[in-house]
Amino acid sequence: MSNILAGAEPALDTPLAIGGRSFRSRLMVGTGKYRDNAEMVRAIEASGAEIVTVAVRRVDLDRTRDQGILYHLSADQYFLLANTAGCYTADEAIRYARLAREAGFNEFVKLEVIGDRETLLPDTEGLLAAARELVRDGCKVLAYTNDDLITALRLEQAGCAAVMPLASPIGSGLGLLNPYGIRTIKRRLSVPVIVDAGVGTASDACVTMEQGVDGILMNTALAEARDPVAMAWAMRWAVDAGRLAYLAGRMPRREVAVPSSPERGMLS
Amino acid sequence: MSEMEIVLNGEPRRVPGPATLLDLLAHLGLDPRTVVVELNREIVRRPRLGETALAQGDAVELVHFVGGG
Repeated sequence: MSNILAGAEPALDTPLAIGGRSFRSRLMVGTGKYRDNAEMVRAIEASGAEIVTVAVRRVDLDRTRDQGILYHLSADQYFLLANTAGCYTADEAIRYARLAREAGFNEFVKLEVIGDRETLLPDTEGLLAAARELVRDGCKVLAYTNDDLITALRLEQAGCAAVMPLASPIGSGLGLLNPYGIRTIKRRLSVPVIVDAGVGTASDACVTMEQGVDGILMNTALAEARDPVAMAWAMRWAVDAGRLAYLAGRMPRREVAVPSSPERGMLS
Repeated sequence: MSEMEIVLNGEPRRVPGPATLLDLLAHLGLDPRTVVVELNREIVRRPRLGETALAQGDAVELVHFVGGG
């Protein structure tokens, strides 16, 4: 099914490079909130994603056997990107990031420092402090941030490998609320811009990619779809479609109609 | 074998002692390759688990990867 695009892609698009690594897929997916692990695995396979996010949590000592995500998802098959979700201070996020790195898969971390429990919007001050410290530590930091250009510029200056502005709040499914802000961040930054959070359905993903960003990370849109596997296919195609439309360059918007058929040769 | 009390993942717990961190993981039935260990807020790297002794009152955190976004 995906062969049509797969055949066209290499000529039209370049791989996505983040922190010295190269990826074919511009869609990254989370592993949280799925109704069951088997469905999660099938949805992730369908998405074509290579980068898959995971969280760091205490081992549940009462039932350890099937708690860990790695009992379900092969670490050889995917690039595991650990997050610092749930952290509300720079120190806490740094602690989680170091624990994640010690797991031994890679030096990448999706850095989140959350500032507010209702909106889960980032604490940009804590985010910058944690980013600087982790970059000093040798981590490749992908920073979850808001749609603010100044913070994005500072994160880039701090040495982040990628900046991840939100489309809308985590788990909200509200879609891309500030296309101008995202376009501006993309235009002004040299490091990859990956939109993280807020995408609800395929059209959101497509419109987001049409802004020219380098990729999208999503979780809830797949996990909470009635059929996560079908939605994963939809998102895969939407990301490809949006990316190709961006590369193709859209026609100008006009306030008046322009006929598509010749005006000459009409019968008198 | 005697016992000692440690704080394991935030909960007081009696475990056999004297013991190393590697002994503790074995006691809990955990594969050291699947967990990361923090002892009194300091990460203990895997090669050192077998040479790091547990003491009465130590705070141990055992973490791993779970589903997340």
